[in-house]
Amino acid sequence: MLVRGDAYTNEAPEGPPMTTAVRILDDGAWISVDDERVVSVSELWQLADHDVCGCETADFLIEGFVDVDAAGPAVLVRAAGQCVTCGESAVSGWLPVGRIVGPDRRFASLATGHVRTPRA
Amino acid sequence: MPTDVERWKDEVYGNEIRDHLMEFAEEGWDSIPEDEEDAWFERFKWWGLYHQRAGQESYFMMRIGTPNGVIEPGQLRVVGEIAKEYATGPVENPEFGEAYCDWTTRQSIQLHWIKLEDVPEIFEKLEDNGLSTQQACGDSWRNIVGCPVAGKDKQELVDAWPIARDLHDTFKGDEDHTNLPRKWKVSVTGCTEGCGQGDINDLALEPARKEIDGETVTGFNVRVGGGLSRKEPRLARDIDVFVRPDNADEVAGGLSALFREHGDRENRYNARIKFLVDEWGVEKIRRVLQEDFVDFDLHTAGEDLRDEYTYNTGSQDGHNDHVGVHEQADGNYYVGLNVLVGRMGAEDTLELADLAAEYGSGEVRLTQRQNIIVTDVPEENLDALLDEPLLEDYSPDPSPFMRGSIACTGTEFCSLSIVETKNRQVRYARWLKDNVELPADHEEFHIHLSGCTASCAQPQIADVSLRGMKTRKDGDPVEAFDIGLGGGLGEDPRFADWIEMRVAADEVPGAIANLIADFETEREAGETFREFVEARDEDELGELLDPEETDYEDPYMHNTKKTWYPYADDDNMDDSPAPTDGQGEPLPADD
Ligand code: HEM
Ligand code: SF4
Ligand SMILES: [Zn+2]
Repeated sequence: MLVRGDAYTNEAPEGPPMTTAVRILDDGAWISVDDERVVSVSELWQLADHDVCGCETADFLIEGFVDVDAAGPAVLVRAAGQCVTCGESAVSGWLPVGRIVGPDRRFASLATGHVRTPRA
Repeated sequence: MPTDVERWKDEVYGNEIRDHLMEFAEEGWDSIPEDEEDAWFERFKWWGLYHQRAGQESYFMMRIGTPNGVIEPGQLRVVGEIAKEYATGPVENPEFGEAYCDWTTRQSIQLHWIKLEDVPEIFEKLEDNGLSTQQACGDSWRNIVGCPVAGKDKQELVDAWPIARDLHDTFKGDEDHTNLPRKWKVSVTGCTEGCGQGDINDLALEPARKEIDGETVTGFNVRVGGGLSRKEPRLARDIDVFVRPDNADEVAGGLSALFREHGDRENRYNARIKFLVDEWGVEKIRRVLQEDFVDFDLHTAGEDLRDEYTYNTGSQDGHNDHVGVHEQADGNYYVGLNVLVGRMGAEDTLELADLAAEYGSGEVRLTQRQNIIVTDVPEENLDALLDEPLLEDYSPDPSPFMRGSIACTGTEFCSLSIVETKNRQVRYARWLKDNVELPADHEEFHIHLSGCTASCAQPQIADVSLRGMKTRKDGDPVEAFDIGLGGGLGEDPRFADWIEMRVAADEVPGAIANLIADFETEREAGETFREFVEARDEDELGELLDPEETDYEDPYMHNTKKTWYPYADDDNMDDSPAPTDGQGEPLPADD
């Protein structure tokens, strides 16, 4: 089945069709990839070269996912959250959460401590 | 384009979910096709089952909706027995033991660690005893709340219990109202103290009088569009409608139909009716209701009683949180018992069921402050009931810090959570009780702790509001809270102002202690805490709220969401036994 976009906000996804079902569940608590819940809110992500706040590296608490998309093998999200260093709240740009890998199309999550840079 | 959730709801929703649920239960957890899990978990909510968080796959939270919090004679025993038999997880909770019931802020019951395979037996037992999980979660009429002593209270204009009951009977399972754009929370109150908390519900019926054809009629004024979730709290807004008790279901049904037709189904974040009220304004809501959704002429609003409200006003007047011994209109008494953070062990629940039957009518009622009330106790039974050992743990005369504490589910089970909640709030309350003295005229002091911005513990309407956060302490991420002050209800409800952000969880009790010490020394004579906060600006309050470490110890500072269960000895995700089969035995990993 071909499912793209987002169960919650219904933003039209961009890019060529993918056969990966990605969606947001439970009021933004989860990113689900192929019906498996893979990333949840409450993680602290380090963001470089970002525009959520003025910090060089933002220490961004993920409070809710607002958008998800599969762009090639990469799964990207936009998240609402807060930099816990400076207190700025923002919705992030498209951040990588992991990739679809291997012949069995497994989802491999980025490590929590990975420094992420938003995609243009 | 409809959202996935709307698409799933179009395929199967409402009553018909049950047949599928029963089939899956029969065949076991593994029978849910993997690529349909998201859809089925969303649908199961309508039947009161909410899949627990990561690390706890195959276990469900089960919510039982008890309208107006009324648990009829015999039902508490049934709930206790179900909790004891079915609500036991792989590891016990260090504060609450193996199996327990949660009394919730919307007068419902929550059980955890429920196995899908047990659902048919549980449903049968519930339904044989007049209880149900129908529409306890999901996009429809949720549990109806109200004054927990409706029909018993001395201070009421209308007995709202029959109306709440009627709305419950009418709209649970009514196909026209089972698939709404989002949840629909209703409060119906007839008492003069304001304890229905109508202001934070999607639809509120509040007591009012109206001259109609030269006669004074008692009934309700209607407010629409309250709610606390996200960072968008709203008070319900007056739509200038008075409704007679006889017409309550037509007007309530009309509004729910209006929401069904006009609520936003394209964006769930914008779906609650509070956003439609923002967009349309109250005049348009009233006009569309009149033109398209009711068949008779609506009355304009009557005279309300809001200036008499005492509940959660900070004033300490009236029956307020219902804890303690109070006389009923019929000369019997009700005894409100404090249940710290709303959680009661299954054995204690069974014992309370016995006490309620022995000394009262067997009925108990749940409050919106997570407490429980034994009703209908004749005066001659009071002393014996109050002497029961169980009432040492569930006191009718607790410390203000015990009775004022509310906490949501948090990282123990909830996927949205940022921090651990209930066990921590138990420790906060004990520490505050032992170390902090409130002014003697403050018997109530409300501290509401929510694990995230969804606000299930209703933090914005507390004296001290705690909302889960993270911060770094000595470089390491730790659990933390934003601290708000001065919220409450009454004639002029007020949401808390957020004063001190990202306070490490182990510095919160110190911050509250410092604040209360300053309150004690700086307050004007007779000034309530809420007035004290209102009289000060954010900077002044920030100085009074001085976070610091004390001898309070917090065992949950690390990232409890990263554990499979925060209290397990081996708490790594990889140590989780889930998913398990119907017997709780780990299932082999998927291919
Ligand atoms: C497993 C996840 C969750 C658990 C365990 C949970 C627990 C609770 C409980 C026990 C209550 C009292 C409600 C009642 O009896 O009906 C409640 C109320 C509430 N829940 Fe949740 N909840 C969860 C998910 C959510 C989600 C996804 C939202 C989304 C916004 C949410 C928003 C609220 C709000 C706003 C209230 C009460 C405040 C009000 O009436 O406006 N909860 N929740
Ligand atoms: S407030 Fe947040 S953490 Fe607490 S139960 Fe509700 S959704 Fe979960
Ligand atoms: Zn920053």
